[in-house]
Amino acid sequence: MIVAVASGKGGTGKTTIATSLALSLAVEQSPAPLFLDCDVEAPNAHLFLKPTFKQSEPVGILIPVVDEACCTHCGRCAEICQYHAIAVLGKKTLVFPQLCHGCGSCAALCPEKAIEEVPNKIGVVEHGTARDGIPFARGVLDVGEPMAVPIIRRLKNWFRPQPGQTVIVDVPPGTSCPVVAAVRGADFLLLVTEPTPFGLHDLRLAAQIARELEIPAGVVINRENGRFADLESFCEAEHLPILMRIPFERAIAEGIARGQALVEIRPEYQERFQEMFAQILAASQTMTTAREIIK
Amino acid sequence: MSLKRCQVKAMKIILTATSPALDAEVDPRFGRGVYLLVVDPDTMEWEAHPNPGLNAPGGAGIQAAQFVTEHKAGAAISGDFGPHAFEALRAAGISMHVYGNCRTVRDAIERFKAGHLEQVGTATHGECDEGHHG
Repeated sequence: MIVAVASGKGGTGKTTIATSLALSLAVEQSPAPLFLDCDVEAPNAHLFLKPTFKQSEPVGILIPVVDEACCTHCGRCAEICQYHAIAVLGKKTLVFPQLCHGCGSCAALCPEKAIEEVPNKIGVVEHGTARDGIPFARGVLDVGEPMAVPIIRRLKNWFRPQPGQTVIVDVPPGTSCPVVAAVRGADFLLLVTEPTPFGLHDLRLAAQIARELEIPAGVVINRENGRFADLESFCEAEHLPILMRIPFERAIAEGIARGQALVEIRPEYQERFQEMFAQILAASQTMTTAREIIK
Repeated sequence: MSLKRCQVKAMKIILTATSPALDAEVDPRFGRGVYLLVVDPDTMEWEAHPNPGLNAPGGAGIQAAQFVTEHKAGAAISGDFGPHAFEALRAAGISMHVYGNCRTVRDAIERFKAGHLEQVGTATHGECDEGHHG
């Protein structure tokens, strides 16, 4: 069972929910759930789960290096690169590593075989054990590098769950490629939102990802301060169950600012997270059954 | 002096413009300028091309720089050159000039010919700002 925790809008509480869900399930599941922090541009789940990292591995993509002695500046590489990561400018062929997606088309199609592909490090993946025996892995994108997707893909392939082990994925904010890469393959998408027009705007986009990838989804409303009618009616219209509501409380904000998980600040939430997981399991099974019937 | 004169004669320049006309307002963005105007400053003959990278998700400045080299221009004039465009144009040996307070393309060409347009030696805006990547 893979639960991805996403939001669209940043700062709604993805990591708050993901880490407390992991801690609550660690109490009742053996092995403890595997936690993957896929927010590689700004990973922060370690602040709450406090892992000790035991292993770290560089992640890179293959980028082209042009042998100027063989290059005839025919421009074929620049023509086929849809990311404009390689350009032929008069008698020079320039590579822009930060735009390169590492597809290898330029090297494969160079008529002079003047392009060699070399690894270019863009970040690392690392793993260790966190609080309550939670296996914890994360990716970290190097500062200044723009491309998160290769690290997220590597992280998900590098550290795999044991059979039957629950996986909790902390997804990056937004709704672009890194989010899709993190969410892909999940059995359930938990969408954390806040009762604001901005929160709702991005929830709509995130819900579209769930629909597009055919992943059942549910909503957690964080920092609730009275009902927000537009949000309620959106969830109803989209058949998105509201699985948890967390009130706007200063004590919770203070605890989180100190690096405490929600279930430490409010221990009574542990049971609520466990119940929510039971609902997630049920919803996911209903979806699987429905798919089988359709087939 | 005569040699320099000769070089100037042969050199085309490329400017970014908001519409396809010599009296168009300048477009301050190099990679994202709406039109690229290829101008012969001596004869004032010109042609306008839609910017190839206008809606590209990334690498727009590089595409515009390639356009400049393909048209064998010696100088590029715009309001702003990003780091990738700057690197590409510098590699191609193309001089870069900024509009400053020029309002129209024609105005900029006149000032360029008089040697009054500032030439830039570094990128005029910050690190990578291509938006999101796939």
